[in-house]
Amino acid sequence: MDIGWYLVVSALIFCIGAGGVLTRRNPLVILLCLELMLNAANLALIAFSRMHGNADGQIFALIVMVVAACEVAVGLGLIVAIFRRKLPIDVDELKELQG
Amino acid sequence: MSTTTWGWLVLAFPLAGTILIGLGHKRLGRGPAGAIGTLAILLAFVSGVASLISLQDHESEHRQLVSSLWDYAVTGSIDARLAILVDPLSVFMMLVITGVSTLIHLYSVSYMKSDRGNARYFAYLNFFVFSMLVLVLAANFFLLIVGWAFVGAASYLLISFWYRRETATKAGIKAFVINVVGDVGLVLGTFFILRHAGTLDFLGTFRAVEEGAFASHHGALVAGCLLLLVGAFAKSAQIPFHTWLPDAMEGPTPVSSLIHAATMVTAGVYLISRMHPLFEHAQAAADVGAIVGCVTLLVAGTIALVQTDIKRVIAYSTMSQIGYMIMGVSAGAYAAGMFHLLTHAFFKALLFMAAGSIIGAMAGAQSLDKMSGFKRSMPFTFGCFVVGGLALSGVPPFSGFFSKDEILAFVGARGDWYVVLYVVGYVGAFLTGIYTWRMIFRAFFNRPSPEAVELEHGHIAHAEFPTNPANGEREDTEVGFPGPEHVIAEREIPMKVAMGLLAVGATVLGALQIPFVTHVIETFLDPVFEDSKYNSVHPSDGLIWFGMILGTVLALTGIAIAHFIWVRKPGTSAAIQARFKAVHTFLWHKWYFDELIDFLIVRPWSAFGGWCRTWFERVVAEGLLVGGATGVVKAGSQAVRALQTGFLRYYAALLLLGGAAVVLYFLIQST
Repeated sequence: MDIGWYLVVSALIFCIGAGGVLTRRNPLVILLCLELMLNAANLALIAFSRMHGNADGQIFALIVMVVAACEVAVGLGLIVAIFRRKLPIDVDELKELQG
Repeated sequence: MSTTTWGWLVLAFPLAGTILIGLGHKRLGRGPAGAIGTLAILLAFVSGVASLISLQDHESEHRQLVSSLWDYAVTGSIDARLAILVDPLSVFMMLVITGVSTLIHLYSVSYMKSDRGNARYFAYLNFFVFSMLVLVLAANFFLLIVGWAFVGAASYLLISFWYRRETATKAGIKAFVINVVGDVGLVLGTFFILRHAGTLDFLGTFRAVEEGAFASHHGALVAGCLLLLVGAFAKSAQIPFHTWLPDAMEGPTPVSSLIHAATMVTAGVYLISRMHPLFEHAQAAADVGAIVGCVTLLVAGTIALVQTDIKRVIAYSTMSQIGYMIMGVSAGAYAAGMFHLLTHAFFKALLFMAAGSIIGAMAGAQSLDKMSGFKRSMPFTFGCFVVGGLALSGVPPFSGFFSKDEILAFVGARGDWYVVLYVVGYVGAFLTGIYTWRMIFRAFFNRPSPEAVELEHGHIAHAEFPTNPANGEREDTEVGFPGPEHVIAEREIPMKVAMGLLAVGATVLGALQIPFVTHVIETFLDPVFEDSKYNSVHPSDGLIWFGMILGTVLALTGIAIAHFIWVRKPGTSAAIQARFKAVHTFLWHKWYFDELIDFLIVRPWSAFGGWCRTWFERVVAEGLLVGGATGVVKAGSQAVRALQTGFLRYYAALLLLGGAAVVLYFLIQST
């Protein structure tokens, strides 16, 4: 099968993820969308790996998964912390870090 | 040891003395500091004599020896080395400096013995001698400037030695500021010369000048020489940079004797002699020097006629005598100028020391108005004053007679418009006789003053409380003020020895250079000045005889007039003063030079400074520069801060856009 299709699917998923990150205000959903983006990248990596017959891309996808797991752990931790302090679970409300 | 090693030793001893006394001043009592100081200078003098002897072993054409201790900065055309030049001129200067300084140190041992700052005094004094020796031994402009600036700093320290006296600190600042003007002149002049000569070394510079380095840059040479003259004038107290010298009399009397008579003020004369190959190629600059020297000798002579502070009278006579030397060496009479420098160092140091002795007897008062009739009570001081006075006014056979007349004979022999200088020189000689003997007659003759009477009864007068002679302000006798005790030469062996030796020198040194008979100094200095273009100028026998007779007659007439006015008819002085009130006021205010400088330079600058502080500083510096810079930063941060909204999604969008832009860029690149 042509590699183009894999890339199209990957790009679509990436755009869905990016759109979600930009439009949603719930941090939980943003984390989900980030996962989508990472997995879109993984799909592309594996497709290229298959195309070149080289295992590098697959290894890289595994590493991305590890990083994603860490990231989710930190992100969920943050969300729990926000929840515990009874702050609004809304990224637009959390803007005290502005200059 | 080689000649230059002795030269280095001459420098080393005073420096060692300075460091030793300076570091140990708390431990050293009054005796040791003076002894160490005197011994250091004496050893330097002995080394100087040794270098003289070993210099005589060289062939006369090989008597210019350079020794470099290390290279300070040698790059391109700059060759700044720590090097000394030992040749007859520098040996001559160092003998005069160390010789007279030894005696002055000896005198100071007594004179300053009750001063609480005794050790500090000797440390400064040794430092001064060291600086002056650096100045005369320097083999290049670099070291010359170092010595030149050191001398200025040392004179500042010594003039304001009694630092609790406001008048003294002001005088010190004045001397330092004017000297720094001279330093700037010297440095700038050096740049002009270095630019085309391509070397800082004296001998190299002279060779370059001979080889025509300035052939197409004559203007640069003249400008350089004129700027060197500014330095020389400031150090040698020539018009218009002379106003510091009379004020410098605020320092202790031996300091006046050392700095303002025997050594420091002669630096300008030395500089012109040393630079004679340059000045001979820059005729205009040499003429300026001769004219300024001539004007100074006349102006200083007239001012000395009316001043009443005994030290200031001597200070003005110093200015006048330095005027002769500057005129002489600028006109080409190098050996004669140096000869006068030597004799002047002796008789002027002697006069100052004798004045110090009288001031001691007067319990610190310096006004001639209060002194009179000390002849009987202070015979030794009187004798020294008479010897010094005769030498200063140029009565044969005292030393000043031969040296002054030799300068004037040479200037007269130059012919042309130099004849004017010749005539003015003799007018100055006539004035010298009057003002010198006015001082002597007023201080020693007539009815004894109360202090003199007290001294005749065997004890030195003591004021109820010490006062500053300049403004009558009461002072304490703690450190930073003159000591409570006063000393006179009659009772102090060291002072007597110093003054006695100087008196002998002032009497007999003329024998070194008697016209038609001896030419010791001329022969000795010949290796330095042999290439001078004025070697062919020889005053005719008739001119020499005429000059000597004229000089004698004028000096004796001056003395006779002074005798008539101040001894025979004591009222005459007041009558003349009343008759020529305007002239007296004019001279009393020293030709209004202080006021003129104040009006022309000090006030405009202080007004400019005030304007800078109130307007420029506030509006331009604070408002425009400081305020502007902070304003730009503030406005910039304001703009950047607006980007930081805190909206997470906004940042994410920016990130994505940025990433997309990068991807797009590479896509476009790859196609």
